[in-house]
Amino acid sequence: MAENGIGVSVRRKEDNRFLIGKGRYTDDINVAGQTYAAFVRSPHAHATINGIDKSAAEASVGVIAVFTGDDLAADGIGPLICGVTVPSDDGEPHRAPAHPALAQGKVNYVGDHVAVVIAETQAQAREGAEKVGVDYTALPAVTDTGSAADDGQPQIHDVAPNNMCYNWPFGDKDAVEAAFASAHKVSTLDLVNNRMVTNPMEPRAALAEYNAGTEEITLHLTTQNPHVHRLVMSAFNQLAPEHKLRIVSPDVGGGFGAKIFVYAEELVVGWSCRKVNRPVKWTGDRTEAFLADAHGRDHVATAEMALDENGKFLAMRVMTKANLGAYLSTFATMVPSYLYAFLFAGQYTTPLIYSEVKTVFTNTAPVDASRGAGRPEATYLLERLVDVAAADMGLEPAEIRRRNFIPKDAFPYQTPVVQCYDSGDYETALDKALALADYDGFAARAEEAKSRGLRRGIGLSSYVEACGIAPSAAVGQLGAGVGLWESAQVRFNPTGNVQVFTGTHSHGQGHETTFAQLVTEQLGVPIENIEVIHGDTAKTQFGMGTYGSRSLAVGGVAIAKACEKLIAKGKKIAAHALEAAEGDIEFADGNFTIAGTDKAMNIAEVAFNAYVPHSYPEGLEPGFDENAFFDPMNFSFPAGTHICEVEVDPETGVVEIVKYSAVDDFGKLINPMIVEGQVHGGIVHGIGQALLEVCRYDSEGQLITATYMDYAMPRADNVPSFDVDYAPTDPPHNPLGVKGCGEAGAIGAPPAVINAITNALGVKHIDMPATPENVWRAAQGAA
Amino acid sequence: MYEFSYYKSGSVEDAVEAMNKAEDGKFVAGGQTMLPTMKHRLASPSDVIDLGGIAELSGISVDGDSVTIGAMTTHAEVAASGDVQAMIPALAQLASGIGDPAVRNQGTLGGSIANNDPAADYPAAVIALGATVKTNKREIAADDFFTGMFETALEDDELITAVSFPKADSAAYMKFENPASRYAIVGVFLAKTGSAVRVGVTGATPCAHRGMRLEEALNSNFSADACDGVEIPVEKMNTDIHASAEYRAHLVKVMTKRAVAACS
Amino acid sequence: MPIVNMNVNGNPVTGEVEGRTLLVQFLRENLGLTGTHIGCDTSQCGSCVVHVDGKSVKSCTLLAVMADGSEVTTIEGLANGAELHPMQQAFMDNHGLQCGFCTPGMVMSALDIVNRNGNELDENTVRKELAGNICRCTGYHNIVKSVTAGAKAMGD
Repeated sequence: MAENGIGVSVRRKEDNRFLIGKGRYTDDINVAGQTYAAFVRSPHAHATINGIDKSAAEASVGVIAVFTGDDLAADGIGPLICGVTVPSDDGEPHRAPAHPALAQGKVNYVGDHVAVVIAETQAQAREGAEKVGVDYTALPAVTDTGSAADDGQPQIHDVAPNNMCYNWPFGDKDAVEAAFASAHKVSTLDLVNNRMVTNPMEPRAALAEYNAGTEEITLHLTTQNPHVHRLVMSAFNQLAPEHKLRIVSPDVGGGFGAKIFVYAEELVVGWSCRKVNRPVKWTGDRTEAFLADAHGRDHVATAEMALDENGKFLAMRVMTKANLGAYLSTFATMVPSYLYAFLFAGQYTTPLIYSEVKTVFTNTAPVDASRGAGRPEATYLLERLVDVAAADMGLEPAEIRRRNFIPKDAFPYQTPVVQCYDSGDYETALDKALALADYDGFAARAEEAKSRGLRRGIGLSSYVEACGIAPSAAVGQLGAGVGLWESAQVRFNPTGNVQVFTGTHSHGQGHETTFAQLVTEQLGVPIENIEVIHGDTAKTQFGMGTYGSRSLAVGGVAIAKACEKLIAKGKKIAAHALEAAEGDIEFADGNFTIAGTDKAMNIAEVAFNAYVPHSYPEGLEPGFDENAFFDPMNFSFPAGTHICEVEVDPETGVVEIVKYSAVDDFGKLINPMIVEGQVHGGIVHGIGQALLEVCRYDSEGQLITATYMDYAMPRADNVPSFDVDYAPTDPPHNPLGVKGCGEAGAIGAPPAVINAITNALGVKHIDMPATPENVWRAAQGAA
Repeated sequence: MYEFSYYKSGSVEDAVEAMNKAEDGKFVAGGQTMLPTMKHRLASPSDVIDLGGIAELSGISVDGDSVTIGAMTTHAEVAASGDVQAMIPALAQLASGIGDPAVRNQGTLGGSIANNDPAADYPAAVIALGATVKTNKREIAADDFFTGMFETALEDDELITAVSFPKADSAAYMKFENPASRYAIVGVFLAKTGSAVRVGVTGATPCAHRGMRLEEALNSNFSADACDGVEIPVEKMNTDIHASAEYRAHLVKVMTKRAVAACS
Repeated sequence: MPIVNMNVNGNPVTGEVEGRTLLVQFLRENLGLTGTHIGCDTSQCGSCVVHVDGKSVKSCTLLAVMADGSEVTTIEGLANGAELHPMQQAFMDNHGLQCGFCTPGMVMSALDIVNRNGNELDENTVRKELAGNICRCTGYHNIVKSVTAGAKAMGD
């Protein structure tokens, strides 16, 4: 093992700049002559626009320009797009209403973008925005997921009758019905998956500059995928040709999905810098983030499980309504479909699964991927249903899971829902988790809690997820408009240090360290001589960015492949220099050696020879700089069991998480310290969903939870420390043996927490978030 | 935030004079509520008159059986005060639970009660301890001070200078926090002096109030059980996304019982 | 427009501001000290915490004019040349940061916790005292470890 190579908890290379206040986030960047943008946002959830009077705003102090949707349209700036097609049951593709970046005659949610004001200062821009006169006729709004498609509801888009985007049936309905008809027992559960606001701590921002000399737009953005932004803004929005558009995503303060998408503000700022021929900056505030960041989740579902007399799952049926908000965000359609229903097998051998997903438009902010994206929804539904089934069958929750696990010798395992799991050992993870949680000691702890007037409960969640997104052929077949490979370039400089260019983007995940570890392990270059570069389309080759826990499992492999190419080329160069046959050269620990001798050449010397090829193999290209692309053969399938233990105060409904244990299978760990940090963060995101967080609109479509005064983020005193361990298996299709870890906690935690609370109270179900009042009410019912 | 004229006053008289001259002036104490309100453009005073430079408004003194706290004394100073801890430990504990450490370093007693947020902590203590609010013009009894949601007996040019809290034999503050804002969903301050019990309730209703029915029950039988029979009028309780009226009414009782237990 | 004078990280500074200029804006825009961040507008998230006269405050909820004449310390003022402050070092050693956005506020709050509670901190104290700082990345586990370790190191 290299000193700072694979498996070492190397301190992060990026930390120094963050710790001394030298991080460089978009809003930290200022350029000469910069102007400021402020958006006029709809105060109505649903309204027609009769007219926009710009005159008072244009006359306002410091205002340079006021633009509306007509100005964008006149310049041919296209509407925002959704990049994944999902077929509806009528044979048509999903309904895709136009999504103009600035409204065209109608607004469809509170916060919708009506106009932009460009001014000399931010305050002047905001004051100007208040002076834009918009004449609205308010329309009745629809906000409720469950009833949005009912007859008689207000209609949002002409192209989407009954507010339906698609109805997507999946599976063998008749076979499932037959299995239910002959089942020993059917367990049923109705549940809501609460709407969340993703809330990375850095609000979105954009800074655009136009160079009239080169005709290039440089757009600094808070994005997780700068090349995807460039592609979409060029190919679909006509902002500028790809080679004349540079997207820079500098340090980004968290993403969790919310910064994947191409947003109206980004496009408008990018366009307006050319219109005013000055740099334009926009920095969102937190309320704008609540109003106009894409939200997450928001499902209403009914799940049923058919069981035989031994508690074996025979078939499962799920009916889901999912809220997509007012318009389709960039990847909105795939979240409640492919990222959701393809996970319904979970860790189990359930042979038959049928589901229907009805997606609806409402007068709320667009809904799209948020940490886990579809997989938390699937896991929550399944792992809650399994606990309900356990209770119905009189089986212990661990036991019913064990009876239904896919056995470890059954891999690769083809589920009935498309996914073919490549590796896993669910029972080992469960056993380790039970031991870590001291499951056997629970009864005594519950008894002791009772003496303090508290009810103690314990809950399990055995999840599997599909990440490492994704095999291009598979997603292409499903209607995605892009391939999901990843790219890397590993470049030696003549002096022997290394620059690694990755198409992924790090916004907290520590790629600058983890990827450097891969390279030091493989090439033997000291880690301090390796720099990982990402987030600038002018520096790095095209890449697909970071989401779906894909960066290491896909992007890391691309880096490893580029390193392999360097080694192969280095052997030729070393063979020539050492006057040996290429086949006799071995490479290890940074040295090319003639096998069986001590004649060797360091890779830095090889690099120098490649750039100063005075004595060099004939016909070989100079330079020591290789790129590689990797398109995975399959998704990766992290899995694990999380166990949550709570104490509930029945008098107030307050839930305290007193112990939380997680055992995960992420394959091989490159930097265990970073992996553990990802697990912690994911768990707390999941606990937030389970106990605290909910995004609420009133029936008129006003957002009630628009600040941290009303939207409860998890804080340090809401959560405990965690016990984390691993039960790794080796994924055969991944050359690095890695699976991905960024979303696991957010997927595993919500059902573990709710299962613990229902266990404590002895109730069938409680919806998230299990706020004190909800728990108190449930405790009243149970008492 | 809209622009305004800023004035840092050096004395109470100076501040009042500046207020009288202002078209639509506002005093700012710690600013912890006022500045967020102004940032959201929900308030737009023409003049902001800063009380931060008035030394005479800060400080804590003990006079016989009461402790007097200057209006500009921060929550952190109250929480850390040996005098307050010795005289009325529940008041120090209340102050230590307002907002968070950074907010407590700026936020002040005077600012809190002058603003009279329905979910603020201090009003419960002012009411339960029967404190006296001292202003540049007069002294106002606790029972007369809080007049409605964000409303007090203060006149426009009237400034709180200090609050005098009489010592109780025993007192406790039980707060049920809003998980988002950390304000009180319900806060109950209970003070017992001799056989007389006073209960100050915040968070539950549009304005902090005395829990008269609870007081009555506890005056005749100072025990947690005595609260059980008390009817808390649900129709008077606040309802919002964090807690229904019914739940708040329940919490008033639970927090009172816990305060009784802490005082017993 | 009002003129403010402060001592920021040991350096006397002066600047012209509007009445409404927040301390955080003065630090970021006038002084270019962009280590202090703005994560919300309701004084909840704590990304903007700095020290004014030795006490932690939320610089988004303080007018620059209110801090006139004060000693201000920001995240940029902690390290001694290339040597990190023990609390900064503890955050690095314990992986107490991921995206880094909340980190300056976390570190400044952590120092305030040590100032008030000493060098031996238990987990509960740290968690309660961090109630005014929100982090979305770390789940707090490693922040709590960092603060505890940093406090200890500051006493050594």
